[in-house]
This record gives sequence, structure tokens and C-alpha cells, in this order.
Amino acid sequence: MRLIVARIGLAVACTALAAFLLFPLYYAVVTSLKSGSDLFRVSYWPRDVELTSYLRIWSEQNFALNILNSIIVAVCVVLISLALSVTAAFALSRVNFAGRKTLLFAILAISMFPQVAVLSGLFEVIRMLGLYNNLGSLVLSYMIFTLPFTVWVLTTFMRDLPVELEEAAIMDNLGPFAIIRHIFLPLMAPAMAATGLLAFIAAWNEFLFALTFTLSNEQRTVPVAIALITGASEYELPWGNIMAASVIVTVPLIVLVLVFQRRMVAGLTAGAVKG
Amino acid sequence: MAQRTLSSERRRAAWLLLSPMLVVLVAVAVWPLARTFYFSLTNATLVDMSEYRFVGLSNYLAYEGGRWYGVLSDPQWLAALRNTMIFVVVSVSLETILGILIALLLNAKFPGRGLMRAAMLVPWAIPTVVSAKMWSWMLNDQFGVINDMLMRLGLIGTPMAWLADPSLSMVSVIMVDVWKTTPFVALLVLAALQMVPKDCYEAAAVDGIGSAKVFFCVTLPLIAPALAVAVIFRLLDAMRMFDLVYVMTGATDATMTLSVFAQRELVDFQDVGYGSAASTLLFFIIALLTSLYVMTMRVGTSGSSR
Repeated sequence: MRLIVARIGLAVACTALAAFLLFPLYYAVVTSLKSGSDLFRVSYWPRDVELTSYLRIWSEQNFALNILNSIIVAVCVVLISLALSVTAAFALSRVNFAGRKTLLFAILAISMFPQVAVLSGLFEVIRMLGLYNNLGSLVLSYMIFTLPFTVWVLTTFMRDLPVELEEAAIMDNLGPFAIIRHIFLPLMAPAMAATGLLAFIAAWNEFLFALTFTLSNEQRTVPVAIALITGASEYELPWGNIMAASVIVTVPLIVLVLVFQRRMVAGLTAGAVKG
Repeated sequence: MAQRTLSSERRRAAWLLLSPMLVVLVAVAVWPLARTFYFSLTNATLVDMSEYRFVGLSNYLAYEGGRWYGVLSDPQWLAALRNTMIFVVVSVSLETILGILIALLLNAKFPGRGLMRAAMLVPWAIPTVVSAKMWSWMLNDQFGVINDMLMRLGLIGTPMAWLADPSLSMVSVIMVDVWKTTPFVALLVLAALQMVPKDCYEAAAVDGIGSAKVFFCVTLPLIAPALAVAVIFRLLDAMRMFDLVYVMTGATDATMTLSVFAQRELVDFQDVGYGSAASTLLFFIIALLTSLYVMTMRVGTSGSSR
């Protein structure tokens, strides 16, 4: 009897939790399928499915360009930070040199910087390089949060690989680049996929730098474009368009996260449980 | 001899391998941070950042003609400081407590547990700006579904202005943050829970110890290190919080955070000197609180392990 009560309690708790977690996304989908005055009548399920909002965002907002910008920035950020951090992680995990601990600590400290703390200095750097209102400014500035993370995770991962792996290679007189390419890269593929995906999501979602370093709609990424969708006045926000855009950029991300669920959770928790 | 040259060669190679990453980090983090500190002592503006005068500490605090000037005496900055602290304390406490409860729930074996865990990842995967927009729409005072639900349930008689009413807007922002980041805390705690050896619970069950006592005396100490890490991630994120407030309520006195204040001075008002002073203060507030937290945690864990 007690077991049945506990079971029912568990089921109720889980259903309530799932409803709380998923309702906002569900409601965004419902809203995005409405149009006109229907938008301003609360309904809990889609009645007449209207795709007006989904058609409008492409013509009214140039949303395709914003998506393309986001993809370019996120892909560049992932590739550059993985390339830089794989070699750095090799040095930090497999070579014993003076100042290694200090360096690791400094990299960790950088990941704690609040983004606004570097905003004015970064503004100057970006202007000096002529990257203002250019996607390059975002690729460069996003390194501040992706690099410390990828370096840290890949270093932890590499440290746990057995020493014997390299010994044979050193005997064969292979240099560090060859060792990384032929021995570590194949072993690191899963870890790199997981960290790369997390870096992609971080770059895809970033808002403060994207808001500050880009000016024209042609250079905006998705989060800024969505945040700045406006109507005729402050009180006439086109909620249908906003929700359609939100659904479009969220669904692929959720699919990606669910497909790589296990790896992602492992990547997220690796630092926490071991550290 | 051969061994020594080999390892010194390796060390040289190590610095070579590190240098690209270090150059980038210096260019995007160390140097800009130093420049922000420096700009905070000048009257630079965004229009022309090379044209400025050194003004000492007057961006921080200055007394002139019987009045106080500077960020530290700015009532809006003080409001932002208060808002940030309220936001940090309330949201991180709620996220920690709820995160532990949800992790305990998901640690039980039941059909559909995998689905629940997948559902947990959804709020986390939604971009913050998108979550802020979704919730702004749900919390809309005239057409929002939250008011509709609460009125149908008879909990409120008239619609509430969740985002416009200064006494409610902080509650709304905290609620959205809790919705978005509790799953992250729960997943970290869950990973730690699954590493607790089963025999710990079996021993407690044999001794007939109540489940609440088992949690506080067995489980909690064992998951404490992971919990401490999850909390520090959350603290750091909450202290620098920007996008949620910027999108949901903008720079209103009731919700403006220190990051929103600094960004507005710097970009909207183009005052690089004043904005940099606000950014520098935020940096040191975070550095101070983080070191305090790490120190208390270290004392706490070394005390319990003895």
C-alpha cells in the first residue's frame, strides 16, 4: 500500500515537473501557429494552424541572414577553439614544465571574468583590428569564454590517458605534432565532439558581445535579432513572429542536445565531479 | 644525458604548443581587462577612444561643490548593486534546493526516467534571449497565459503586471532564471548522486536510520564537493547576469543588474570612463566574493574530512 502511494506521488511529481519544464516551449509553438487577433486570445492548444508568422519572419526580418551569421560565427568559434586547445591541452597534460599549475589556474580565472569587465578594452582592440560591425569581432571575442572551457576539459581528458601511449611514439622519434595527430586525436574524438558541441551552443546563444559589437541587421546574430524584433510601437510587438523565430532557432538545438545527450551530460559534469 | 635533452626539448615544444592559445587569451581577456582598468581612470568616450584625459579616481567617487559624484554615489548603481545581490542570493538558493530535490527524484529507478532526464535538458538548451521572450509573452499583463491560468484557478482576481510592476518584476526575472538553470544544477547533483556507493545506503537501512537523516548524514557530505562546484558556477553566472534582465525588463530601477548598468553607461551613453569604472567594480566584487566562497568551502571540506 505504501509502495503504491509512493509510486503515485512520484508519478505526480514527475508530471508536474515535466509540465513546468516543457510548457513555455509548447506555448511558444502554439502562439507561433496563430495569426491576427487570434494571437490575443489565450488558448492552450493549436486550433486553426496558420503558418503566417513562419512565412513573415523571412521577408520582414531577413531572418535567414541572421541564422547564417550565427552558424558562421559558431562554426568558426568551435573550429578555432578546438584547434588551439588540443595542442595547448597536450602541453598542459603531458609535459611537466615550471608554471604549469599557475597557467591552468590563470586560464580558469579567465573563465570567471564577467563579460562587461572586458567590454571597453575589447572595443578598442576590435576597432584597432577594423572588425567593428563585422562577424570577425564576434569570433574573436567569443574566445574569452570558449577557450578556457575547451582547454580545461581537454586537459582533464588527456591527463587520464595512459603514459604508455606516447612512449612508443617517442622511441620512434615522433615530434609532438605527430604524436598529437596520430595518437591523441583519434582517442580524443568523442571528448572533442562533446566540448565542441557545448562551445557551439555557448557561441550560438551569446548576447552581450553580439549586441555591442554589431550595428546593422545584416551583421546581427539570432539572439540579437530576436531581442530587437519590434512592431509599430512598444505595445504592438509582433509576438507571432517572435515566437516563430524562437521555435526555429530552438528546435534544432534541442534535437542536437537530445541526440548527444549522454556525451553532453558527461562533458558538463566531467569538470565538476573530478575537479 | 640523452634523457635530459629530450625533456628540455619537450618543454620547449610545450611552450610552442601553448603560445597560439596564450596569444589569443591575452588579446581577448588579459589586455582588454587591463585597458578597462586604465580607462576607468580617464574621461574617454566611445566616439573617439584615443582622445582622453586622466581624471584619477573621480569616476569612482569625487566630492565637488558640496556634492558627491562617481559610480559609488550613483543611486542607480546602488540600486543595481542591491538588485544583483537579491537576484544572486534568491535565485542561487532556490536553484540549489530545487536542483537537489529534482536530482533525488530522478535518482530513483522508475519507467520514463530517461524521458524525464531529456526533458530537463530542454530549458537549458533554449537560448537565454529566447527564454526571456517566451516568458515575457507568457507573463504579458493583458494577453499572458500565466494571468489566464491564475484567474481560472481563482488565485488572483485581476491580471497582474508581472514585468511592469516594480514589486513583481524581480520575482518574474528570478522565476525565469530558476526555470532555466535549475536543470543544470540537478544534472550535476545527479551525476554525483550516482557515484555514491550503494552499500552506504544499505548500511543505513540495516541500522534503521530514517531517510531524512540518511540524506543529511550520508548523501549530502558525499555530494558536497560536486554541489560546491555547481553552486560556484551558478554564483558566477548570476553575478554577471545580463541578457535575461536586458530582454525582459530593460534598464528599470527595479531589476537593473550591475552588468546592465555598466553596458548602458558604456554603449548607450558612450561614457567609456564611467562605464569602465562600473565594470571594474563588478570585476572586483565578483573576484572578492568568489575568493571568499572558495576559502569557506576549503575550510568546510577540510574540517569535515578530519
